[in-house]
Amino acid sequence: MNESRLSEFWQNSLQHRSFVIGLILSFMMLFTGLLSLFWTPFPVELLDIPHKLESASAKHWLGTDHFGRDVFSMLMVGAWNSMLVSVFAIGFGAGIGVPLGALAAAKRGWVEETVMRFNDFAFAFPALLTAVMLSAVYGPGTLNSVLAIGIFNIPVFARITRGSALSVYKREFILAARTAGKGEVRIAVEHILPNIGSVLIVQITIQFALGILAEAGLSYLGLGTQPPMPSWGKMLSEAQTMMFFAPQLAILPGLAIVFTVLGLNLLGDGLRDILDPRLSRVR
Amino acid sequence: MTFFLAKRLFALLITLLVASLVIFLLLEILPGDPASIILGIGAQEDTLSALRTEMGLDLSAPERYFRWISGILSGDFGRSYTYDTPVSSLILERLSLSLPLALLAITLSTFLAIPLGVFAAANHKRIADTGIMGFAQLGVAIPNFWFAILLILFFSVKLGWFSAGGFAGWEMGLAAALKSLTLPAIALALPQAAILARVTRSAVLETVREDFVRTARAKGLSRNAVLWKHAVRNALIPVVTILGLQLSFLLAGTIIIENVFYLPGLGRLLFQAIAQRDLVVVKNIVILLAATVVTVNFLVDMFYVALDPRLRGGSA
Repeated sequence: MNESRLSEFWQNSLQHRSFVIGLILSFMMLFTGLLSLFWTPFPVELLDIPHKLESASAKHWLGTDHFGRDVFSMLMVGAWNSMLVSVFAIGFGAGIGVPLGALAAAKRGWVEETVMRFNDFAFAFPALLTAVMLSAVYGPGTLNSVLAIGIFNIPVFARITRGSALSVYKREFILAARTAGKGEVRIAVEHILPNIGSVLIVQITIQFALGILAEAGLSYLGLGTQPPMPSWGKMLSEAQTMMFFAPQLAILPGLAIVFTVLGLNLLGDGLRDILDPRLSRVR
Repeated sequence: MTFFLAKRLFALLITLLVASLVIFLLLEILPGDPASIILGIGAQEDTLSALRTEMGLDLSAPERYFRWISGILSGDFGRSYTYDTPVSSLILERLSLSLPLALLAITLSTFLAIPLGVFAAANHKRIADTGIMGFAQLGVAIPNFWFAILLILFFSVKLGWFSAGGFAGWEMGLAAALKSLTLPAIALALPQAAILARVTRSAVLETVREDFVRTARAKGLSRNAVLWKHAVRNALIPVVTILGLQLSFLLAGTIIIENVFYLPGLGRLLFQAIAQRDLVVVKNIVILLAATVVTVNFLVDMFYVALDPRLRGGSA
C-alpha cells in the first residue's frame, strides 16, 4: 500500500463507527496484555489468604479472589495468555490453510478434490473434540489449546483462500504473468496473495475473536491453560463455586472476554466494509 | 443427480474412514500402551496385562482397528473400564438427556432468530434493525458458559425459578425436567440465535433485491405478502445451511454447558471419561460426534442441491 492509499484508508476508516469502536477495544486489550509482561499491580502468584474475597478498593481495584490474589492483575495476565494462544492457533491454522487453499485453486482437478475432502474431514472435529482427544492422551495444557483451535482453523482458511483465489485466477493479469513465464509459486505469491489479502485480513480478525472464545471455553473446562497461570476461562470456573457469596468474581472475567471478542468482531466487520465494499452492500 | 449423490456419498464414507483412522491412531497407537494410561503409573504388571487382554491390546493394530469398526457397525462399542458397563448403553442413557437438550436449544434459537432476522430486514436501517443487530453482535461475543453462569446467578440464585444444576431424570415428569433443562437450552441457544438472526437478515435483504420479488410487487401483492411468501422462503436456503453447520458448535457447546449445569449428558460423560482416562469411552464418543457432524453436513449439502439445481454442476 503506498502512502496516498494508506492515508485514504485511514480517512475512510476513521469515519466508520464500528471500526473505530473495535479498534479502541482491541487496542485496550492488546495494551493491557502487553503491559502485564512488565507490570501488574500485584504479582499474580502472590497468595494473601487473610485478604481473600475482598471487594474493590483503592488497593485492589477489582478486589481479590478466594486465595487473596489481585483480580485486576489476574485479568491483565489472562488477557495476554488468551491472546497468545489465539495468535499461535490462528497462525497455525492460516499458515497451513492458506497455502492449501491456494494450491487447490492453482492446480484444480484431483489436488483440489483432495484438499476439499481434507476440509470436510477437519470440519468434523470441532476444537473441543480435538482438545478432548489430546488431553485424554497427553494431559491438559496450553499447547493442546493451540493445536486444537489451530487444526479447526485449517479448513476455514483453506476454504476462503480457495474461493477467493479461484476468482483471481480467472483475471487477465494472471494470464499475462503466465505468458511472461512466471512459475506457479511466483504467481501465487506475487499476484494471488496480494489480491486476496483483504479477505484474509478480515477472516483472521474474525477467527481471532472465535479463538479467544474457544480458549476461554477450553480453560473453563480445565483442558487449556493450567494454574497457577491465570486465564479468563479458569477464573470463571473457579468463581462458579463461589457464586452465592462472591458473584463479582463470576462477572469480571466474562466481561473481559465479551469486550475483547466484541472489539475484534467490530474491527473485522469494519475492515470488511472498508477493504471490500462489495461485501458490505446488504449491511 | 444419481451420479452426484453417489459421488458425495462416497466422499462421506471416505471422510468417516479417515476420521476413524485418525481417532484410532491418536488414542490407541500414539500413546504407546493405552492400558498403562488408563491404570496410571503405579499399576502392577499383572493388572496391566489382564487389562491388555481384556481390551484386545495383544492383537495387532490392524486387527484391533477392524474389531473396533465392526463392533461399532454391529452396535457393540466395547466396555467402559471405569463404569464396567457396555459403552453403548452408557451412550444411550446419556443421549436421553443430551438429544432433547440440543433439540430444545435448536428450536429456541430458530424460533427466536428467524422472525427477528426477518423483522430487522423489513425495517432495514431503522431503529429496530440497529437494535436487533446490536443485540446479535453482543450475542456472538458472549461465551455461552458465561451466559449460563449469569442465568444461574439471576434465575436460580436470585429468583429461585429454575434449578442451578443437576437433572433428576425423566421419570420425575416433564415439568421437573424442563425446570432443569430450560436454562441450559437458553444458554446454548443464545450464540446460535445471534448468528442465525444475522444470516437471516442478510439473506432476506439479498433476496428482496431479486427480480422475482420486484415482479411480485408489480403484480400487486402487498409488501408483507411479498416478504413472507417470496423473500423469506427463498432466503431460507442459506439459513438452513448455517443451521446445519451450527450443529458442530452446538455439540461442542453441549459439552461445556452440561458441565456448567452438572447435567449427566453425553458431554459430561466425555469430560469425566477424560478425567478418568477411560480411553474406550473417549474414543467411541468422539467418533460418534464426528460422524454426526459429517453426516449432518452431508445432508445439508444434499438439501441445498435439491433446492438449487444449479449447484449440481455438469453432473446433473
